[in-house]
Amino acid sequence: MDALLQSYLAIIVFLAIALVIGLGLLVAPFIVAYKAPDVEKLSAYECGFNAFDDARMKFDVRFYLVAILFIIFDLEVAFLFPWAVAAKSLGWFGFWSMMIFLAVLTIGFVYEWKKGALEWD
Amino acid sequence: MDGFISTYLIPGLIMAGKSVLLLATLLTLIAYLLYADRKVWAAVQMRRGPNVVGPWGLLQSFADFLKFIFKEPIIPSAADKTVFLLAPLASTVLALAAWAVIPVNEGWAVADINVGVLYVFAISSLEVYGVIMGGWASNSKYPFLGALRSAAQMVSYEVSVGFVIITVLLVVGSLNFTDIVLAQTEGLGTMLIPGMPNSFLDWHWLVLFPMFVIFFISALAETNRPPFDLPEAESELVAGFMVEYASTPYLLFMLGEYVAITLMCALTTLLFLGGWLPPVDIAPFNWVPGVVWFVLKVCFVFFMFAMVKAIVPRYRYDQLMRLGWKVFLPLSLAAVAIVAFILQLTGWGGVPVAG
Repeated sequence: MDALLQSYLAIIVFLAIALVIGLGLLVAPFIVAYKAPDVEKLSAYECGFNAFDDARMKFDVRFYLVAILFIIFDLEVAFLFPWAVAAKSLGWFGFWSMMIFLAVLTIGFVYEWKKGALEWD
Repeated sequence: MDGFISTYLIPGLIMAGKSVLLLATLLTLIAYLLYADRKVWAAVQMRRGPNVVGPWGLLQSFADFLKFIFKEPIIPSAADKTVFLLAPLASTVLALAAWAVIPVNEGWAVADINVGVLYVFAISSLEVYGVIMGGWASNSKYPFLGALRSAAQMVSYEVSVGFVIITVLLVVGSLNFTDIVLAQTEGLGTMLIPGMPNSFLDWHWLVLFPMFVIFFISALAETNRPPFDLPEAESELVAGFMVEYASTPYLLFMLGEYVAITLMCALTTLLFLGGWLPPVDIAPFNWVPGVVWFVLKVCFVFFMFAMVKAIVPRYRYDQLMRLGWKVFLPLSLAAVAIVAFILQLTGWGGVPVAG
């Protein structure tokens, strides 16, 4: 078995065993526990009254905004990973290239800050 | 057939053995960390904490575990049943999956892959799915709002965790956890004091101290620990995305949370506190096996987590988001530039140590 398979197969095996533990725990009470369901018990939790309608309602647009900002910055971090590992051998050229890339993103960040996208009031 | 057994079956069984050993140790450790968490919390509030089950309450976590299994499982009638049950499973299995690449001693990892940091970063980004799925599938207002909040909070701090990890990678020059720990055998202590053996002064926590602080606070926020436990703010959202859960699905959420917390402690240990290295590399300390130091350091970081939970009051949501996006993000972004500049200027660090 080559080295690549050796290390990645181990992750699959580990994941499979973790899945077995998780599934075992999930299924256990359905087999062993006492069950006496009734309508009230199975209704959605509310403060003492029946739920008016479907709970999947409209929500604040800021959550979308946070998700979009997260994608931008997380991708940025993903780009930084290979650069950080090779930074030494890339020298000053690699450093300034990345600084220009970061500067462009920082301009965007300043813009969204000024626009008030980061305000929660 | 013979070739299949010796090339695939036996190594496969060894992998399975290692995995079972690591998972069993990890889950037992978590049972006692949970107990320690409650004891620390109780001690700060001048209570006794769990002390009935077993001597000094030592078996409390196992009693709780059994109780969860014999509780009635409830699936709300309005819920999406598949997603509802998939959510706790996803949150636990993903949290456990990251542990596959964590080395607890030199060469003691289930899979010592060369992109270990990237793998953990990717898996910990996926953990937010458990929360989103659970909140959405419950079809109830409290879990829905709790899940939205929780997801926004987790992704916000994910970004600054990413930048902090980048600064460590710049100093080390490798994505492999073993290399990251071995890079801490030389550092500030050995550089400034000639003849000084490897000590805690060499570890990254000292050179990258601001990063260490940002990482620790972000780790609290990312694992929804107090003072950032807004998703389960019991005064307003009852228990956040977990409201509708009972029995072991609830247990799996809690387990996933504690596995994630322990993972964050292990990451702090590996990235900043020298992993399995002894605090000072001289006689009585380096006789102790590395794995003991590793577990002790993880417990120490967990103790800090528990103390923060006991002492600090809860944040308000807008303060939390402001801290993440307006303080930690610019700070860690600037730190990446500064660290990279200093390393280029001086020529320190950045060379892979082994392999």
